[in-house]
Amino acid sequence: MKAKDVPQDDANMLQGKLREPIYSLDENGNYTTVQSVGWNPKNEVMKEAWDQVNDKVEHARNKVLSGELSPLGYYIEKNIMDIWLVANYMGMWRWTVKRHLKPKIFARLKEETLEKYARVFNITKEQLIDTNLLKSEK
Amino acid sequence: MDHPIEFQHKQSAHCENGVVSNLLRFYGINLSEPMVFGIGSGLFFSHMPFLKVGGIPVTSFRPLPGIIFKRTSRRLGISFERKKFRNPKKAMEALDDNLNKGIPTGMLVGVYNLSYFPDAYRFHFNAHNLVAFRKENNTYQISDPVMEGYEQLTYDELLRVRYAKGIFAPNGHMYWVKNIPKNIHLEKAIITGIRQTCKDMLTIPIPLFGVRGIRYLSRKVRNYPRKLGVRKAASYTGQIVRAQEEIGTGGAGFRFMYGAFLQEAAQILNKPVLRDLSIELSGIGDLWREFAVITGRIVKNRNSLDESYEKAADLLLVIADREEVFFKKLKLAIS
Repeated sequence: MKAKDVPQDDANMLQGKLREPIYSLDENGNYTTVQSVGWNPKNEVMKEAWDQVNDKVEHARNKVLSGELSPLGYYIEKNIMDIWLVANYMGMWRWTVKRHLKPKIFARLKEETLEKYARVFNITKEQLIDTNLLKSEK
Repeated sequence: MDHPIEFQHKQSAHCENGVVSNLLRFYGINLSEPMVFGIGSGLFFSHMPFLKVGGIPVTSFRPLPGIIFKRTSRRLGISFERKKFRNPKKAMEALDDNLNKGIPTGMLVGVYNLSYFPDAYRFHFNAHNLVAFRKENNTYQISDPVMEGYEQLTYDELLRVRYAKGIFAPNGHMYWVKNIPKNIHLEKAIITGIRQTCKDMLTIPIPLFGVRGIRYLSRKVRNYPRKLGVRKAASYTGQIVRAQEEIGTGGAGFRFMYGAFLQEAAQILNKPVLRDLSIELSGIGDLWREFAVITGRIVKNRNSLDESYEKAADLLLVIADREEVFFKKLKLAIS
């Protein structure tokens, strides 16, 4: 690729936080780097990947609101985690976390367990148990 | 940045090369990112359908994390001290100790909680590298190779990313330069690096790796729409392009970066043929980008059947042939 052809298709993927160096050839055939804000095909595949994540989050949100899942289910998807990873962070068995996905069992959890979950998701315990918050979330 | 900094930060495309390059520069050894990448034999290809991340088979343009680092230091004869800690507080104390002694210290971290990262790149990927070089009022000055400038992390933020969990959990892993030999044999290291890359791309007797891996992927892609349905087929193919172009590859799955390496190597080894090859590789990189363009279109029209899978698969075969010829020539050039 020629340096002058390095694409600058901004889809705000990098949120202005950085530009990426792309290796390319200058007019004398020497390699150089050009800072790029993005490229359409790449933006497209990333958007698709995030659409998948967002679909899962939305699905989990509805299940929590309808009482099929504890709020845990929502925050796991929201944080792009799975049960295995959460169990890892919590130092618990997978089946224990799985049990906590049941609203009835979640409601009986100890304060400290809730605190620990909240820390994993980087929120407060109050946010974790308040399902009303999920009504307005997108 | 306007405050006085004793650690010079240079942005790189890939974090592992970047950290090595930045750390060595601190000790007066100037190796560019492509140089570190080439010596460490960073160029690779693998497609592993049985290994899935987020339910999608892994395609990778690089060896496992940490390998470039290991090879580069071994081939240059530079030794690193490395440590892991069970206790996070101890890990932070050890870091502070180092910084008090003026030793810039590299660390493995998870990117998910890196506050300065763009949201779109915040996945649970745990093999990111960065360097801390100073601590002031509970805040660490950070040189993160993929960022343009210096960054900061508080004690709690840094502790959190050093103790990310999951695959490749870093467990507070930190490393720093222990010993640099008086004479560095760059020529020899370059040749060893190139030789290994040719071997990796041409002769691994398992069809998932190197040029054979590209052909294997081509077969898979051709069958995706029939086997998986439109939506899933688009995700699977899109994942290949993400591995190819996402932060860290410098474009076209490291092919351009490797070209830059060959060009530098041509000068150091005084082998003009490497320069010709470096230009040829840029052309192969362009084919990879064409593949990304086709895939981008497939993904965009993901809810309807797209005819382009055949085209994408054909292109992968062309790429495999071109790379096979290329690496054979490269092998000859340094033998």
